[in-house]
Amino acid sequence: MSPMSEPRENGIEVEGLVRDFKGGVRAVDGIDLRVPGGEIYGFLGPNGAGKSTTVLMLTTLLPPTAGSARVAGLDVVRQGAAVRRALGASLQESALDPYLTGREHMRLQSALHGIERAEGERRGAELLERVGLTEAADRKVGGYSGGMKRRLDLGLALVHGPQLLFLDEPTTGLDPQSRAALWDEVRRLAGEGVTVFLTTQYLEEADVLADRVGIIDRGRIVAEGTPAELKASIGRPSVEAAPADPGERERLAAALARFGEPAAAAPGAVAVRLPEGVGDLAEIVRTLDGEALAIADLRLHQPTLDDVFLAKTGRSLEGAGDDGEEPGRDERETDGADGAARLGEASA
Amino acid sequence: MRLLYTQVGTLARRAMLKTLRQPFQLFPIVFFPLILLAVNASGLKAATRLPGFPTHSYISFAIAVAFIQGGMFSLINTGTNLAEDIESGFFNRLALTPLRRVALIAGLLVGVGGLGVLQSGVYMLMGLVAGAHLHAGFGGVPVILVLGSLTAVGFGALGCAAALQTGSGEAVQGLFPLFFVFIFLSSSNLPRNLLKTGWFHTVANVNPISYLIEGFRGLYIYGWDGTALWRAFAVAAGLTLVALVAVAGAMRTRLQRT
Repeated sequence: MSPMSEPRENGIEVEGLVRDFKGGVRAVDGIDLRVPGGEIYGFLGPNGAGKSTTVLMLTTLLPPTAGSARVAGLDVVRQGAAVRRALGASLQESALDPYLTGREHMRLQSALHGIERAEGERRGAELLERVGLTEAADRKVGGYSGGMKRRLDLGLALVHGPQLLFLDEPTTGLDPQSRAALWDEVRRLAGEGVTVFLTTQYLEEADVLADRVGIIDRGRIVAEGTPAELKASIGRPSVEAAPADPGERERLAAALARFGEPAAAAPGAVAVRLPEGVGDLAEIVRTLDGEALAIADLRLHQPTLDDVFLAKTGRSLEGAGDDGEEPGRDERETDGADGAARLGEASA
Repeated sequence: MRLLYTQVGTLARRAMLKTLRQPFQLFPIVFFPLILLAVNASGLKAATRLPGFPTHSYISFAIAVAFIQGGMFSLINTGTNLAEDIESGFFNRLALTPLRRVALIAGLLVGVGGLGVLQSGVYMLMGLVAGAHLHAGFGGVPVILVLGSLTAVGFGALGCAAALQTGSGEAVQGLFPLFFVFIFLSSSNLPRNLLKTGWFHTVANVNPISYLIEGFRGLYIYGWDGTALWRAFAVAAGLTLVALVAVAGAMRTRLQRT
């Protein structure tokens, strides 16, 4: 492992991280990352892109095949126990025991972390309050909704006061209200200085929540930056219009051509990509009105992270996971001399 | 060391709660062996008239089998619960704490041992109600509880090994018929000296389950039979040891955290 400079107290530094599975499947293919302390880092990619495998390596649950990673300034291979003490993690599933109550989960987690009983009770109650589960604390988790389970999962990850938090697809399957509540809590944690490494397959989640986003596809990081930087990097907004009378399509195209170069549009519509700095619909509307063109639909399309993904990989993020599944349990056996693992739950 | 004890105690408590809160796991543990005992006792009662049969009470003779069946249910329940933990990701949650491997398995097995004491107590009580006579007297009660608990731990550890190896509850449950056959190929229904079929007598003689059964049985129908007791404890301890070696191997494969 090569030494890395300036390890941060609650940051993440990764160089050339690789993970191979049995059958020659390379789930993570030499990724580099630097996440400074206190940042929300969104790790965005389709199913099977390598997100969860990366998280498992960074949380010490899966040894890397090659490369190096430091979490909270500690080497994930050589200082696994210390890394685990430094981080909190809410992995992909809400890994809870349906026969225990929320409070019993808190007690269990506190005891396993070696927290004194009285302190564990106090902290458990505080965290249950924080994640809004005080009233449900003495109910068995089997009766919780998906959102409640996720919130409890988050609370459990915080029992030992970690300064670095891994959240693996924390809002998958949640309704919009539960999702928004979880986002608020993640923002609050980041406001308290906790570093958050968040994997997601939701564009909106990465866009609104993350300070910086890394886009991973087929085990490689294909783009990285703030959401604004990423969107700006792939281009300018476009305007798309559909005439009320389909016979006016050519005339509409000629009118819009004054504002930019033609771009792909929906059937029956016309689109142009606007030059940098042009984004004012008013001028376009005035022009179309001046041409006496009746318009059925007019919209300004800002670049999205999906456009970024499309530009970098040639595929749309939605549905892109079909051909890039991470290995299943049976394929997780090692084929190398490093004793790489089968791991119970590692699918992304 | 204090943390280790806390972790073992915490996981043992959770293992017991998990089983006690699942009626569909409790029901077979408590009732299946007793139902089988009732069926055998009514159908095979005439066997007590065979020359050389050691007692006039078939219930006292057959109650021993219930403790072994209880142990086998420990295999299924412990293995299934651990496999569920692996499948649900709870195992990874535990792996992310400062929990040591030994604490994880010790916690599970201490819980199984506790449940073993409980289920053995239930079998003794029900046997008493049905008319079984414990010839060893009151002093035999703790010996049966300890032997029952150790039997449960041995089988429970086998269940853990299977769960760690396969990560599948279905695979663990598939072991039950395999182990159940061992009961029928033992001295469960007749004493070995009355098993006349050559091959059956040979199989029952080499089947360790026979000696485990005879340890419990000796306390019921003879009192203090030292040979039967040490053999039964040796089988239970040997089973536990073998299972723990299997657990250690499977754990190394399953839990690869750095």
